[in-house]
Order: sequence, then structure tokens, then C-alpha cells
Amino acid sequence: MHDQEETLAFTEECEVAVTVNGQRYERRVPVRMLLSDFLRHELRLTGTHVGCEHGVCGCCTVLLNGEAVRSCLMFAVQANNLFLTTIEGMAGTQSELHPIQQAFMEKHGLQCGFCTPGVIMSVHSLLHENPDPTDEEIREGLSGNICRCTGYQNIVEAVKLAAERLRPEEVE
Amino acid sequence: MKPPRFRYCAPRILDDALLLLEQQGDETKILAGGQSLVPLLNMRLAAPANLLDINRLAELNYIQPEDGYLALGATVRQCQAEHSPLIQERHPLLIEAIWHIGHMQIRNRGTIVGSLAHADPAAELPALLTCLEGSLLLQKSSGERLLPVEAFFHGYLETALEAGEMVVEARFPWVDPRAGWAFQEFARRSGDFALVGAAAVLTPAEDGTCQKARIAYAGVAGAPVRAWEVERQLEGQPMHEQTLSLAAEAAREVVGADMNDIHATVEYRRVLTAELTRRVLAAAWARRRM
Amino acid sequence: MATRWFGAPVQRLEDPRLLRGKGTYVDDIELPQLLHAALLRSPHAHAKIANIDASAAMALPGVYLVLTAVDLGEVLEPSPLLVPHAALEQPRTQLPLALDEVRYVGEAVAMVVAESRYLAEDALDLIDVDYEPLPVVHSLDVATREDAPLVHADVPGNVAAHLVQQVGDPDAIFASAPHVLRESLLIDRGAAMPMECRGIVAQWDALEEKLTCWISTQAPIPIRNGLAAIFHLPEHKVRVVAPDVGGGFGTKIMMFYPEEILTPFAARLLGRPVKWIEDRREHFISANQERSQEHEVEYAFDEQGTLLAVRDRFLHDAGAYTPYGIIVPIITACTLPGPYRLRHYASEFTVLYTNKVPVSPYRGAGRPHAVFVMERVMDGIARELQLDRLEVRERNFIAPDEFPWDVGLVYQDGGPTKYDSGNYQAGLEKLKALLDYEHFHEQQASARAQGRYLGIGIGCYVEGTGIGPYEGALVSVESDGRVHATTGVTSQGQAHATTLAQIVAEQLGVAIQDVMVTTGDTHAFSWGVGTYASRSATVAGSAMHLAARKVREKAQQVAAELFEAAPEDIELAVGKVFVRDAPHRALTLGQVAISANPLRYAYGENARKLMGMKLAGPRPGPALPEERGAPGLEASAYYSPPHGSFASGVHGAIIEVDLTTGQVSFLKYAAVHDCGRLINPTIVEGQVHGGVAQGIGGAFYERLVYDETGQLSNASFMDYLLPTAAEVPPIVVDHVETPSPLNPLGVKGAGEAGVIPVAALFASAIDDALAPFGVRIREMPLHPCRLYELLQEARSQGK
Repeated sequence: MHDQEETLAFTEECEVAVTVNGQRYERRVPVRMLLSDFLRHELRLTGTHVGCEHGVCGCCTVLLNGEAVRSCLMFAVQANNLFLTTIEGMAGTQSELHPIQQAFMEKHGLQCGFCTPGVIMSVHSLLHENPDPTDEEIREGLSGNICRCTGYQNIVEAVKLAAERLRPEEVE
Repeated sequence: MKPPRFRYCAPRILDDALLLLEQQGDETKILAGGQSLVPLLNMRLAAPANLLDINRLAELNYIQPEDGYLALGATVRQCQAEHSPLIQERHPLLIEAIWHIGHMQIRNRGTIVGSLAHADPAAELPALLTCLEGSLLLQKSSGERLLPVEAFFHGYLETALEAGEMVVEARFPWVDPRAGWAFQEFARRSGDFALVGAAAVLTPAEDGTCQKARIAYAGVAGAPVRAWEVERQLEGQPMHEQTLSLAAEAAREVVGADMNDIHATVEYRRVLTAELTRRVLAAAWARRRM
Repeated sequence: MATRWFGAPVQRLEDPRLLRGKGTYVDDIELPQLLHAALLRSPHAHAKIANIDASAAMALPGVYLVLTAVDLGEVLEPSPLLVPHAALEQPRTQLPLALDEVRYVGEAVAMVVAESRYLAEDALDLIDVDYEPLPVVHSLDVATREDAPLVHADVPGNVAAHLVQQVGDPDAIFASAPHVLRESLLIDRGAAMPMECRGIVAQWDALEEKLTCWISTQAPIPIRNGLAAIFHLPEHKVRVVAPDVGGGFGTKIMMFYPEEILTPFAARLLGRPVKWIEDRREHFISANQERSQEHEVEYAFDEQGTLLAVRDRFLHDAGAYTPYGIIVPIITACTLPGPYRLRHYASEFTVLYTNKVPVSPYRGAGRPHAVFVMERVMDGIARELQLDRLEVRERNFIAPDEFPWDVGLVYQDGGPTKYDSGNYQAGLEKLKALLDYEHFHEQQASARAQGRYLGIGIGCYVEGTGIGPYEGALVSVESDGRVHATTGVTSQGQAHATTLAQIVAEQLGVAIQDVMVTTGDTHAFSWGVGTYASRSATVAGSAMHLAARKVREKAQQVAAELFEAAPEDIELAVGKVFVRDAPHRALTLGQVAISANPLRYAYGENARKLMGMKLAGPRPGPALPEERGAPGLEASAYYSPPHGSFASGVHGAIIEVDLTTGQVSFLKYAAVHDCGRLINPTIVEGQVHGGVAQGIGGAFYERLVYDETGQLSNASFMDYLLPTAAEVPPIVVDHVETPSPLNPLGVKGAGEAGVIPVAALFASAIDDALAPFGVRIREMPLHPCRLYELLQEARSQGK
């Protein structure tokens, strides 16, 4: 995909077209608008949370073309013509939760829920890359997301359960 | 914590980018992965008038094996290198260094060249490139120049880059197939910047001694540090306990006298550096091929 | 057989919503015409404000309002003192915006309201403040110097409060004790750091003259009351809602933070809703912090290791203001005796002002400090007498038959520090088994032979929980049979929607999925205090139980009339109401609710079916007989505990110290916790896990470092190190259940427990690992560099 017009000049506003959770959105935004703010306040997808705005806490993690990234460390314009998945896209409108979400529920992997969407997006990416992680790999894979409530115990358990349930599908 | 106003452009062609840089280079900052720059912008510690986003310069997205070195274009992301079968096979030391960078989410976005150009002295890749005696290809609309790594890093977040110029390629020399190599670091938490980091490449001689040693450090001074004195202690020596001790002792000296911060005093950094030196040398030597 | 809900490890009712990203945190609230606020904060720890020029900011397009102190009119009043105390002779609270002096880096100086947060921050850069720096008190050392600068010019010696308490006759004991030791112990600052920062959305409805605020707070009802007073509004015209709150851990029990006054002020002035969302950098310098204390402890003991007396004098760093009174140091003083039979105890503390962020409770609230001190004392005795550390503790434990045990001190709530129940030995036995304590010394010896330094540490504690004054609850059965339960306490992740539903379901014989819990909305329930001091389950839970029980009794009464049976023969189970032994002829709970409401009109499936049933007709007389009181199946109840209930626990860990680097790794962590009867063990375990992780942070990673100018040196997540999954070890949790006799549920609080003993046991474990070098830990938190230095000191002294 290419933009229609390609102006070679620095500008303060830009057109942005992104596909989020399978739906295409087009907006004109100030170039300095962070992707996290764009998702939350322009698209009203408030499941992506903002916890530090300097790229450490991981609350704002989303999938950009399938890979986990910090949405607070990108500008909305940079997502132009790219594909995003946010927590709202995990189960979509289905009544059943995604297996990762389901595992978090069964294992009590969340308390206040603020870090949870970011954690789940990271876990999605982690299990995609490594469907059968060891405990150590899980802990390492989670280390880019800070949770202040759970002490990570039940998050690790939830990831193990989700991995177990997701694996057979991937083998087939 | 919202970034200040700036203007933005994301050209698709390198020549266009260089042209923009030529015209407005003084007030323009290059945006690659953004994993260091955007936090600075969000905290309003940086306020460039323009951001030149190079992420769409497809022509700079290459991983190219060359005679003597691995060439990485300016938009190659750390995760891209990490998952490249070519690099996994032919430059595993680079992979080992990348594993120490931040977290998966950071590596998915951060670029190899961006980390070098940002020149954080605690970062992994500047130390690695220093250890490998690599080089950087700098370009501006009027031409290009190839800088050896020691001429590139000037100090804390400072490099030889001039206005209107950008790093288009980093060159990581191949490691001698006989050589052992390792990258290790001490950090407070998983994914943190190194309190001290070290890259080492040790080439064995036929007689079992160390023929050639290259070692460089992150986190010990205002720029990555090549440890000549440590190398001198190793070269021509058998790699036994006494050699390691002398090398470790020599490594203490690479720590700058002003390297005091809330996590580590100078003395503690020296201790860590000495210990890391032992560990990284032992790990590297264990990987040598006879 | 009815399902038992109370005590069951059921899954949380709030999870599906939160897991789908459908939670509603304050920043998720979007309103038409919403404007955005940003705060200008002092860059100086102490300075006079000579002049503020906001004209350039005001002129920036998109800016609607710039507020400075002089613009606030009669709202420019110091925030109320929340918990006055006679010993707090010099209370000082903060103005919503500093008028002529700032006393910490981060103190609010001006507020900008603009079209977007981006623009509001641009405007902040244009406000020109002329500061005249003053000398800074950046530490307790400076605060206590004879020539110390004064944080408040009218507070001599920076002393806010001084309190002496005594039990028994410690002087006499010290005079004759066989052994007396004395130590200086230090605990440095840390912070709660919930993942969601603070935030508020304020909306003024000019038509109804009504103010609505959504606040990320632990105390919506007191804020509602306060806002009504500040803005001269009737209380029913102010609604405060704590929606989903992304963690609080105490820092959100504080009120009023300046923004909680300024944001509604601006919204009312502008006639448009205003949102202020604290960013992480602001949180570091403007949300309250805790922990910093310096203790001088003396302890007397006999040859057997029996603790005879303790004399503890400490300095408590209050920061620049004392909005929360002296709650934290009082809790420290009262927590110090712990599970031990201490009959002679002198406690004295001085609360000092410093030019730092104010202090109010953070999870643990003064307790980790006290436990650190007392557990150091226990280890000190063991070391001096060369006894086993656990043996010393066991010899001093209050025995199960000695309860209630009156410590003899006045607790934070003004009531007695009186332990209601406990079984400390039982907890320790379980912990020993979990850690295989009996064999650890062999493990330690063989590791040492290989040059590895392992240590085991144990920390015992007693935690005052479930304090008053009271909480209430309203339980109401709707005509579809679902139950609405509301209370004033809020949830910041503790799962009130689940545990309170379990309490209600247990009484009413319905599934928890049919109990809808509303918390933290003053329009749903407007009596109560808030979520703090591990009190929700105990106090609000008991109120919920009492209200649900009333509803059950009323359902029995109504059904008894319909079935022409005796009320005591009516049973409630699986959503049905029936005569015992005749379950085939049952009403749904919804049908009983409809019957209890003698309307002329009834709607829905339940009502239609009800009409077809052959039930006793209405009695003659009023439709709503006097003995039935109110219509419907609805009841409210309040619970006010006689005094706090005291939970307890013991944690232990096996650690390994890298002598060269000072790095410490956890090999094992186990916790045994006693919070009385468990409503939901999974949730209690989750609370313990989270507390331990914060404790590990507070022991080895998290330390707020202020430089001599009063600047916070590590005001970011890059440098203030919250533990990640890679740093927190697996934690094993077990329970002892010693019911509390004080409340109808037999429960005690659980929220804070996990964090309390961690610093203490970490110190103990390091001492043990480094015993060959004679290291004695006297400060918290540590970090590898500091541990390395302590080891070097010990080694050089040993030589």
C-alpha cells in the first residue's frame, strides 16, 4: 500500500490510516500524537493503558504487524498503513475469551487489571515465538511488563496454562 | 509527559531524506526505532524542530554479508537481526549482545544503527562494535564517509555525526572462526542498561595461548571503552588463572573516575568490571575452536 | 444441598470485563466538551515564590484557563488535617496551589486547562515563575541539626510531633537485665507506585447544580463530603465515583491531593468537564511516599533468650506536610512488639518535616519498619546467646491460650492494641516444613564448602487490621432474582465484586454470578470511610453479611406467609425459596421479592408465574404490614468493630549472596499467613504474592534517592526499580485459620500482610549467609553496591 500523495516536507499534521483489530480507521492527527493516545482517545480503544510513557512499564503494549511494541514510544503517524492488534481484538465480540485471557481468569492472573492488557499482548507475542517456554523463559518474556499487584506468581501459572492449551492447535 | 511540538516527515527514498537533512539538518533529529528518542521527547528533555522518520527507507533495510564484515542497514531492527538465520549462523556474538538489550518489546522496534547513533555508553551495541573494531558508514547528500568505530563515539550521547549527516550502515566484522567470543553484563534487573557490560573475542594460537584478544566495555565511561591494557595482558599468554587475574586487575582501570551514580560507586563498578572480565573471558575462551 | 460460597476459591466476577479491555479507569472516561489539565510543579525543594507570570501561557491558542493560588479565592485553604492527634502539635497541610513558598520538588504551583493535554503541557513551559531558593532539609540528619534550616518558618526544630508511650516499667528492667544491646536501624524511602497513576474527571452540571467527579481514589465518600464543604454544595449534589482503580496500595487513600480540588474548581468555573491525569513523572514527585525512619533500639533479655524489655526511639520523616497526621509512626510504635510477650516497652518518636514529598500510608504503613526492628532484635538476641533464631522467637511467642492479649498501647484508631486471637507457633511450624528448616544447615554447609553463600531468614509479624470506625452495606433483591449489593469501600484490585458477592450468596442461597456488587459510588451508597488498613473484608464484609442476613430473614418471613408455614422452616437455596422438606413447591427469590413489594403493577416472567401459583392471599389490613417495615427484599446494615483485629504471619526465604558482586538471588520463598477465616483462598494468596513482590522491591530494588538539593534522583522507572517477573521468585503460600472473635465472619484483614516481614527476613537471611564475615544488616533497602560495601567493611573489621 502506498500513500496517494507523498509530500517531501516537514509537517505538523498528517493523515493516518491504520487497521486495528481488523477494522480500518482514517484520521487526521497532529504528528506528535503518541500511538497510545491515538488508540485510546481518537479510536476510543481504551483497553490499551498508559502507565509510564517512557517505555518501561509495558501497560501500553500492542501488536504492530503481529509484534509486541510499546505504543507510548511510537507516534500515531508511524503506524500509517500498518496493522495493529489491541486487547479488544483478542476475543473480539465472541462470547468466549481468547485462551490466554481464559487462562488468566482461571489462574487469578490479574488483580487491578491495569497492566493486564499489556501483559496479555506480550504473552501472545511470547507464545507465538516460543509455544513451549520454560518457567525461566516465561519470566524473562514477562520482564518487559510490570505488574504491581500479583507478584507475577499467577501470571506465570496462567501463561503455562495458556501455552499448554494453545500448543495442540499449533501442532495441527 | 507529552512530546513538545515538532514537524515530521517520513520519506521513502534515501536521497530525499538526505536532501531534507541538508536543508534543515541543524534542527532535525532522526527517528529510527525511537526507543531512546521518544522517552526523551515525552519527558521534554529533547525538543527538535523536526523529526525525520527513516523507518520507511526500505533501501536501508538490509542484512548483507560482505567480505570481512556483516553490513546492517540503518532500519534493521534488533529483533530482525536476532531472528536472522544468517546472523544466527555467522555472527552469533551479535545475537548474544542483542539478547541483553531491553526487552522483547524494545527490540521489536529498536534498530541496530539507532542504538549506535544514540551513543549511550551503557548500551550493548556500541561496546560490541568497539570490541569488533567495526565501522560506520555515514552519508550526507554531498557524499559518504566510513568511520572506524573509535572515531565515531565522542562521549555521552555524542558522536562524530555532523549536521546533515546520517548513519546508513553499521559494519560488524566477522569473528575469526577459531576465536571464542562472549557478551555478558551485570544489570540491576533483567533488561536494564548494564551497570557494566563487556564483549570479548579471543583468538587462540596453535600453542594453546591467546594469540589475539579484543575486549570492550559498556557502562564504564562516557563512551564505550576498548581495553587495550587488558588485551595486552592476554595476548601471547596461556589462559590460566594468573592471566585472568592480571586481566581482571587491568580491567579495573577502564572505569572512569566520575562513574558514580545511585546504583554503583566507582569502586563497586571497578569490582564488577574485574569480575565481569573474568567471567566474559572464561566464557569466550571456552568457546574457542582448536 | 446448597453450594457453599464462603471459603471457596471461586474465579473473579470482575475478570471477563477487565480481560477484554472493557474496564473503566478514570482516563477511559470521555465526556463531550472535555478539557484537559496539566500542573506546573515546583522545580525547587524549598523556595520563595516572588512572582508568577502566566500571561504567555494564557495567550497560547487552545488554553482556557491558567490558575495560580491567587485565583482560587476562598478555596485557597490548607487541605483538612485528616487524623488529628494531640501529639501532633504542629500540623501543616498543603494549599491546593502554593501561594508564596514551595516546600518540595513537585509541589503544585499552577494549573493549566487546555483543549488537549499536549497543549496544556506546552502552556506550562510558558509560565514564568520567579523563585528565590531557600535552604533545603533533604534528610533526617539535616532536619535534626541544631542549625537546621526550617521547612516551615514557624515550626521550631522542624518537629511536627513527639509521642511517648510506655508499657510496664522498662527502666527498672533495663537496670537489672542480664543482657542489654543497642542498635541503630534505618529504613529509607519508597513508594507504592500503582501502575495507574492518580487521575480525576470533574463535571459540573449547571442545570441541576450538581458536581460529579470520577477519581482514582480509595476514599470516594470522604472526598464527596469534603468537596461539598469546600464548594458549599449540599452533599447530595456531589457525586464521587471511584471507577476501576489501577492499584492504590495506600497512596490513593490520601485526600485531598490538590488536583482533587483544582479540577472540580476549574470544571465549575469553565462550565466544561475537565480531566487531569497524573503522568508517571508527576507521580514520582507529587503522590505521597513512605517508609523513611531512623530507629535507636535497646533491648534487654535473659540467658534463655527471653525478651524482657525494649526501648525504641525513632525519627520519622513526614516530608513537607502532615495531611495524614501521625498515623504511620503510631502504627510503627504499636506494631513493634509483634507476636512476642513484651511486657515492658518504652516507645518514643519524633516526627520531622523535610523538604520532600509528604508521607502517608503505603501498604504496610509503618509496619515493615517495626517488624524490621523487632526481628533484628530477635536475631540480635540469638546471636548474642548463640541460640537458634527460631528458638528465640518460639520462647517469646504469645501462646494460643493467652488471647486476647493487650499490648497496652493506644492504636492508630484510638482503640486498644489488643490481639483478638492468634496461633503463632502453628504458623512457624508450617513454615519450617515448607522451607525444610531442619535440613537447611546441612545444605548451607555443603554450599559453603563450594564457596557459595546461602542464608535463611525468617520474619514474624502481627498486623493490626480491620479497624473502625464502621462500614455499611445495602443488599437488595431485584424482581428477576438477582441481588444488588453496595457498600462504600472501593476496590483497587482486591476483588470486592467477588468476595462480597460470596458473602451475600452464602446468605441468600443464590449463585455469586447473580450478585451484582457496586462499590465506590457515593450515589449508590453514601455512608462509610474507605479502603485502607486491610479493613474491607472485615468491616464492609461484616456489614454485607449482616445486611444479607436481614434480607434472608425478610424473605423467610414473606415466604412463610405465602406458604402458610413458619419462617424458620423456610429455606433459601439455588435461587429458590421453599419450605424445608417440600422443595418441589418453590418460589424463586425474585418472586418473593415481588411479593414483598405490594404494587398494583408487576412486570416480567417472575410476576406472571407468581400469579398462576396457588399461594395464600393477602392478609387483611395495610398492604405493607408494620412488622415488615419497608417494601421489597432490601436491607442495610452497619458494622463497627469493637477494635481492630490482628492478623499474623511468618515468611521465610533462602537466599544466595554473590560475594564478589553483592548480588542476591532467592532460592526459595514461603509465606504462612493467618487472616482468620478465608472468604476466598485464591484471592488471599494473590494478596500475599503481591505484597511479597513489593516487599522484595522495598528490600533490594526500590529506594527513592534524594540529593542534597532535595531533587529526587531516580524519578523514572529506568532508575526506580520495580521488580519484574525475572526478579520475583516463586512464592509458596500456606494458611493458618484462627478465626477472629470480633466479627460475625471470623475474618481478619489480608491486604497489606505480604509486604510486612520481607525487609526483616531479607536482613536476617543476609546476616545468615554472610555470618562467616560477621555482617550485620542495619539498614533497608539494600542494593548490590551497598551490600558489597557492607561486606567489605565487615571483612576489614574482621582482619
